[in-house]
Amino acid sequence: MQDIINIEDVNKTYKGGFQALKNIDLTIKKGEIFALLGPNGAGKTTLISTICGIVNPSSGSIRVNGFDIERDYRQTRSLIGLVPQELTTDAFESVFNTVSFSRGLFGKPANAAYIEQVLKSLSLWDKKDEPIMNLSGGMKRRVLIAKALSHEPEILFLDEPTAGVDVELRKDMWGLVHHLRQEGTTIILTTHYIEEAEQMADRVGVISQGEIILVEEKDELMAKMGQKQLVIHLAEPLEAIPYTFDEFDLSLEEDGANLVYSYDARGNRTGITRLLKRLSEHNITFKDLDTKQSSLEEIFVELVKQPS
Amino acid sequence: MNTPAIWAIYKFEMMRAWRTLGQSLASPVISTCLYFIVFGSAIGSRITEVDGISYGAFIVPGLIMFSILTQSISNAAFGIYFPRFTGTIYEVLSAPISPLEITLGYVGAAASKSMILGLVILATAHLFVPIEIKHPLIMLLFLALTCLTFAMLGFIIGIWADGFEKLQIIPLLVITPLAFLGGTFYSISMLPPFWQTMTLFNPVVYLISGFRWSFYEIADVNVGLSLLMITLFLGLAMGVIWWIFKTGYRLKT
Ligand SMILES: Nc1ncnc2c1ncn2[C@@H]1O[C@H](COP(=O)(O)OP(=O)(O)O)[C@@H](O)[C@H]1O
Ligand SMILES: [Mg+2]
Repeated sequence: MQDIINIEDVNKTYKGGFQALKNIDLTIKKGEIFALLGPNGAGKTTLISTICGIVNPSSGSIRVNGFDIERDYRQTRSLIGLVPQELTTDAFESVFNTVSFSRGLFGKPANAAYIEQVLKSLSLWDKKDEPIMNLSGGMKRRVLIAKALSHEPEILFLDEPTAGVDVELRKDMWGLVHHLRQEGTTIILTTHYIEEAEQMADRVGVISQGEIILVEEKDELMAKMGQKQLVIHLAEPLEAIPYTFDEFDLSLEEDGANLVYSYDARGNRTGITRLLKRLSEHNITFKDLDTKQSSLEEIFVELVKQPS
Repeated sequence: MNTPAIWAIYKFEMMRAWRTLGQSLASPVISTCLYFIVFGSAIGSRITEVDGISYGAFIVPGLIMFSILTQSISNAAFGIYFPRFTGTIYEVLSAPISPLEITLGYVGAAASKSMILGLVILATAHLFVPIEIKHPLIMLLFLALTCLTFAMLGFIIGIWADGFEKLQIIPLLVITPLAFLGGTFYSISMLPPFWQTMTLFNPVVYLISGFRWSFYEIADVNVGLSLLMITLFLGLAMGVIWWIFKTGYRLKT
């Protein structure tokens, strides 16, 4: 896949001396959904704001579609739509006017039909003449998305799009993101909800304390990093694990009714066969078996706990 | 040139004034009428003529100047400060728009509004006293240059300010006294010689004098000098704005 954003060795130190971004290198591919995952204060918003031209980088270079964001800012910014984290909207303007304003700002000639289509796709059409201040928080979020889409951007940044958003809007948003991707839009979203990255992203980047500590295809990440667990539902509960099982990473759960074996799914030899054989040697019988894969969340907690 | 963007900002700012028409037009017009009644009739009954012009007619150019100075500043200052305050400025900063275009949008709108205001006050004054304008084109030129320059000053204040009270400080503490002392209500030649000289350090004197000249061909300072001064102020304001955008001062972090 073609690259659409190239970030090279970007640093950002804020005026007070706080370094929010440290030697960021990152490439975003055209047409992908990239989730930037990280705890609060990790530098997600700073990174996005830098790409969009709101924050000046202290050093490094960023190219969007081959154009430098400082020298060729007109080309790069025309390609980008940004939905900010905060609900920063006008108050007195109508929904239709504020979205038209955004389109103009990005240099596009007025196109009422297109704005109508965007508003309809976000269930905002019946609110088009409403002053923004009369809308609920969720509706304002939709307005911000409409504004970001008003100039038909090829790249869409969603900064914590579903933070504080109700379930319905969250589902709508996921639907929208998938729809946009089918149309070829590149989407970069930040979140600290793992669920979101897991559901939506093609690739995941983890940022912590201003550093990108990992970038990986989501599926690969899950497979590679995923600790698997085999849960053995015993016929008779065990009081303790016999010492002859010491070589296995075992634990007892549910008052000894379940024997849980943790293994690395990456390895060629998982040890499952050996374990089951050993169990039958000891006349320990079981009713059922199932396996669990750790979620991105567990992987994430693990990563942020011990930055590599 | 991103013309749609300039137009979008300009229209946005004009709409804002339209929504608050009472504030943006009625209140300056009313206060001008009050000045006109109080100063024009109270003092006008004592001073019947200045330089051969009736006192009521004499103060009209100064009153217009006074209003457009303060309105240009506060309008432009508010226009750029408010998006900074609410955070909506993010959109302007992330748009493919140059500093010049941003300035044209905001300053252009603020200047247009005070230009309209100036003409409305002129029409209002015309109801009270007969006014003749000997050099209408020069009058419009002075009006336009002043609106533009002081809208730029307001734009700078709006970027500099970090609280609403700071938006008011300069119009209130600097512009109002300078306008009052700058010959709105009297001719500089009526002052003692020492104050006549001091007054020449007041930039507003040049504006009012030149503007009044375009009406009645009477002036405290040469009209060429007035024109030179206003052009100088305009250049100065443009320089400061250029510097602000070059350094990203207070707009970007
Ligand atoms: N304008 C600023 N001045 C100084 N520090 C800032 C500024 N903006 C953000 N920071 C700091 O930079 C760090 C990263 O912030 P941010 O990018 O907003 O993180 P995230 O979006 O991942 O929560 C935080 O510690 C925050 O306090
Ligand atoms: Mg953030």
